[in-house]
Amino acid sequence: MFGIVSDLSRWAIPVVLLLVPLIAAARKVNVFETFVEGAEAGFATAITTIPYLVAMLVAVSVFRASGALDYMVLLFTPVLSAVGMPAEVLPHAIMRPLSGGAALGIATDVVKTNGPDSFIGRLVSTMQGSSDTTFYVLTLYFGSVGISRYRYSIFSGLTADFTTLIASVYVCHKVFG
Amino acid sequence: MVNFVWLGMMVIGVVVAGFNGHIEVVTKAALEGAQIGVQVALDLIAIITFWLGIMKLAEAAGLVRALARLVQPVTTFLFPSVPKEHAAMGAIVMNLSANILGLGNAATPMGLIAMQELQKLNRGDPKTASDAMCTFLALNTSCITLIPTTIIGIRLIYGSADPTEIVGTTVFATAAGMTVAICADRLFRYIYSRGR
Repeated sequence: MFGIVSDLSRWAIPVVLLLVPLIAAARKVNVFETFVEGAEAGFATAITTIPYLVAMLVAVSVFRASGALDYMVLLFTPVLSAVGMPAEVLPHAIMRPLSGGAALGIATDVVKTNGPDSFIGRLVSTMQGSSDTTFYVLTLYFGSVGISRYRYSIFSGLTADFTTLIASVYVCHKVFG
Repeated sequence: MVNFVWLGMMVIGVVVAGFNGHIEVVTKAALEGAQIGVQVALDLIAIITFWLGIMKLAEAAGLVRALARLVQPVTTFLFPSVPKEHAAMGAIVMNLSANILGLGNAATPMGLIAMQELQKLNRGDPKTASDAMCTFLALNTSCITLIPTTIIGIRLIYGSADPTEIVGTTVFATAAGMTVAICADRLFRYIYSRGR
């Protein structure tokens, strides 16, 4: 099963790069001109996101470096250990929505320290693979079109993150426990 | 909402740093954060430019519309405010497909194209997220992943006997997250619109 899925992933982009221009040409599209016409907006789109990304990443960075995040971990420990979550993976759970790089760093460290095939190693791998950096995605996507009022988006994002976390703990206990 | 979260992180961060007696980390961390923000945006220029070109080609060839039509029953349920044949649908479907396949660097540009198309449909205040945007981001941040490539690589490096054994548990966890994301999006929208 994984072999097929992995091949699919490896082939997907090259196949797109082969088929899209071919089919476009067959439909009498000026392929080069059309590509350039579309690509034109790339620079502006990327640059528009700068102020939004800077604003969010500055706040996340200060919050983390100050040690406030560590206090948050302490605060959440009793709640999460009640649902069967080992303390070792808690910093990852709290970091995951805020900073992709930092969460990956923690996951790497936990895998290294506990071994990839230990329960904790498998759990943190599942947690890393199953969630995204919600704050970064929201900031980047909304920022690219100049939206600064996110309404309830952060709430739904964090609710989903929390569900994924609990589901990871549950399924790892069932499968590897 | 984002104002509250942002202010909270800043204020708590500075106060805790001062309280712990290492206030000097604040300035350094703030500048580092700013640096990363600019770096990320610069790194995106190449990827976005490339995929915008490919997307324009796919659109001109009629492929985006064909793909969107294929999954229409699902997307019209999720995005009732987006017209069936609109370019936004195509971009949304492309973004979610790339996410499912674990193709992070293709997913982001597709997602940004989808946001631009959704912004064209945003009939309210252009600085406020529309319903469809909120749904799209709820799906995007919780999307099912079939191949968590990065963590599989890390497991391999540290000598796992079976690096891919976490694929099944990951799919389960993301599926649960995605289901709840869709429900939470609808529920919070209802609460939010009543609160106005």
